Amino acid sequence: MLAANNLAISFGGLKAVSDVSLTVPAGKITALIGPNGAGKSTLFGLVSGFLKPDRGSVVLEGRDITGIKPHIVCRLGMTRTFQIVQPFAQQTVRENIAVGAHLHLANRKAALAAAEEVAARVGLTDQLDKLAASLTIAGRKRLELARALATRPKLILLDEVLAGLNPQEVGEMIPVLRGIRDSGVTVFMIEHVMQAVMNLAEYVWVIAQGQLIAEGLPNAVTSDERVIEAYLGHGTAARLREKGATHG
Amino acid sequence: MLDPAILFPSLLNGLTTGAVYALIALGLTLIYGVLHIINFAHGAALMMALYGVYFLHEKLGIDPYLSLPIMVPVMFAAGYGTYRGVIGRASHGKDENILLITLGLSIILENAALYFWNSDTRSIETPYTLSMVNVFGASISLPKVVAFGGALATTVILLLIIGKTDLGRAIRACAKERQGAKLVGINVDHVFAMSFGIGLACLGAAACFLLPAYYVNPQVGNGFVLIAFTIVVLGGMGSFVGALLGGFLIGIVESLGGLMLGESLGQIGIFVIFIAVLLFRPQGLFGAKA
Amino acid sequence: MRSLALIALLVLVVALLPLFVTSGFALNFVIMVLYATLLGQAWNILGGFGGQFSFGHAVFFGTGAYAMSVLQIKLGFNAWLALPCAIALGGLVGTALGALSFRYGLKGSYFALVTLAFAEVFRILANTFEFTGAGVGLQLPLQESAANLQFATKTGYLYTALALCTISLLVAWWLKHSRYGAWLTAVRDNEDSAAALGVNAFRVKLIAITISGALMASGGAFYVQMYRYIDPHIAYGSSISVEALLAAIIGGMGTIFGPLLGAAVLHLLSELTRNYIANAPGVSLIIYGALLVLIIMFMPRGIAGLFERKR
Repeated sequence: MLAANNLAISFGGLKAVSDVSLTVPAGKITALIGPNGAGKSTLFGLVSGFLKPDRGSVVLEGRDITGIKPHIVCRLGMTRTFQIVQPFAQQTVRENIAVGAHLHLANRKAALAAAEEVAARVGLTDQLDKLAASLTIAGRKRLELARALATRPKLILLDEVLAGLNPQEVGEMIPVLRGIRDSGVTVFMIEHVMQAVMNLAEYVWVIAQGQLIAEGLPNAVTSDERVIEAYLGHGTAARLREKGATHG
Repeated sequence: MLDPAILFPSLLNGLTTGAVYALIALGLTLIYGVLHIINFAHGAALMMALYGVYFLHEKLGIDPYLSLPIMVPVMFAAGYGTYRGVIGRASHGKDENILLITLGLSIILENAALYFWNSDTRSIETPYTLSMVNVFGASISLPKVVAFGGALATTVILLLIIGKTDLGRAIRACAKERQGAKLVGINVDHVFAMSFGIGLACLGAAACFLLPAYYVNPQVGNGFVLIAFTIVVLGGMGSFVGALLGGFLIGIVESLGGLMLGESLGQIGIFVIFIAVLLFRPQGLFGAKA
Repeated sequence: MRSLALIALLVLVVALLPLFVTSGFALNFVIMVLYATLLGQAWNILGGFGGQFSFGHAVFFGTGAYAMSVLQIKLGFNAWLALPCAIALGGLVGTALGALSFRYGLKGSYFALVTLAFAEVFRILANTFEFTGAGVGLQLPLQESAANLQFATKTGYLYTALALCTISLLVAWWLKHSRYGAWLTAVRDNEDSAAALGVNAFRVKLIAITISGALMASGGAFYVQMYRYIDPHIAYGSSISVEALLAAIIGGMGTIFGPLLGAAVLHLLSELTRNYIANAPGVSLIIYGALLVLIIMFMPRGIAGLFERKR
């Protein structure tokens, strides 16, 4: 569905992303993981049109969208959320979601009604008339998700949509995300919350220091030594192996 | 018209006028560089300072240059107080709000001046108001030459304060990273107020240098405001050297523009530069890229 | 729908006013409030709904005023023909200014400054050229007749002001109830999020400034018909720019009736100060300035904010 080919971008002297290639399959939930500062959000930015790559290309459903502006990328069927939530603070939840719905609906009433439907899907029905600024972090994350869903995307990019949620809230969101996939939307998410990654992801890519270091099924990837080292530091894998050996 | 005999005095004139502009812009660029706010009340504050110098001379007979030790601290205190009392409280974190607050303050000040002192244009007369000085064959008014010196001196003093003192270090810290400065125990509100105060103190100095060569009325601030902004933007927000050089450049542009296009149209060059810089190089000549 | 009903009620009340009120003073007051509402609403479209604060809105006002004058005086246009031309020109200037500013991503303070600079440039130009009358300005010859959009009695101006003001209120209503309005406020509140949701921020802002410029120009055209005189200072000076934004901010940015409330309050205050405090130049404005500061500090949603449901 979405292919990133040899993407690279540098900021000043820092190579934020170098030579990353991956292909997101349609209809599945897939994840991008990696330590902080690895370049995950940068990759999202490159893919969704917020950043222009120095090298490489982005192809959505066979169409080259490299460097195309974000609002056009959205119209082509790919919508993203932001890691640091950016709601339309002074507007209500309903009005917020309606902006997304307006991508396909010109009529105001229709958009507001569609907003209610989407709110129901993510569990925001009882907050529809609240100001976005008054929501809790969990509520704002759901709002971020709802807004993106309202654009009826074919592919949704979720940037740490579960960050900052307590385990119960995460547990509540997992079936919601599964439901989105089941309704035919491809989900590509950046996540730190491993509980969700293990539960939901059907394929995982690992990025560290701007480069892809591993990919595969969640179980395989999380026991990959290189991945462990990327998260926990050089030599950790060996130490863990030793520990495992002595404890039997 | 490109005859050196006409061009040279025009250039010198522009340079000295530009020095005065620079004095006004120095305070503005400090305020922007540190607080990241565009002080729309800068022109009105200058106007009040000019009235201050005027009345000190008319009522108490104090020479404008000797008013420096009075005007500078008074303006500093006014700036500090205004920041702590009004601006600091009002921002609610939004850039636009401060813009509007300073606009509101300028409206209040301008019209208060209109009400109390009516719209007459006033100027002072001192023994040296009309004196001329010979610079390489061109005749320049003495007060303007003094203003030139004053601008240079003020720039140096500001650079020293910011670069060498503890306060200066705190100011730089707050300018770069507000939250971080708070975390290491710097009283950010106080530092901001100090910066705003220093910015206005520069206006106090500017008024002392300006009045002998110029005049005052309630509207005078308006004329300087846009020019000051142009210089700040041209020189790079937050750069003192930029403000100084920018001031000279703008002064020269105005002078030459007036020479070639006539009084009325001459000022247009300034605003065209302003718009061009805002659009194409908003960080100015010396500013850091945002 | 309540808002539409309110607008209709307003139109009805004002339209019937001349039947009950004959005091020239009172009628003039109403005309001034309607006119100020028009200016404020024009600013509100770009500033309140669009979040782009302009400090030089006079640039559009003056364009409308001069277009109206020049077309009639120098080209012999009939006033009714000159009016749509003036409005269109105001919109065009808006588009040009917007294209330049938004293309280069000007926002916040920078945008405010640029609008101020443009107003100054236009003022200097108007002050220089003969066809705008240079410093002397232009005087519209007295030709009282409805066919020339000049009236012997206040009633004619009342209805003209009412018509223009109503149009501006309807535009604001449309913003509150349309997809475009939702896009505009989305761009105002968070441009990146809006873009991620498919909104073309540049085009949206451009449309806003065009509408805003057109409305403001209609105010300038009305001014010229009523006072039959324009000069660079009146046309492009800061007092018009300030008047527009004061009404919108004090009344409540981003609302339909905010500019109306603001205009009414400002003019009422002006009358009160004149009668009870001092009949001197500048006094009203001191109060306006103080009001602006106080509103931003304590009531940033303006007077209209008091009426909005607590949520």
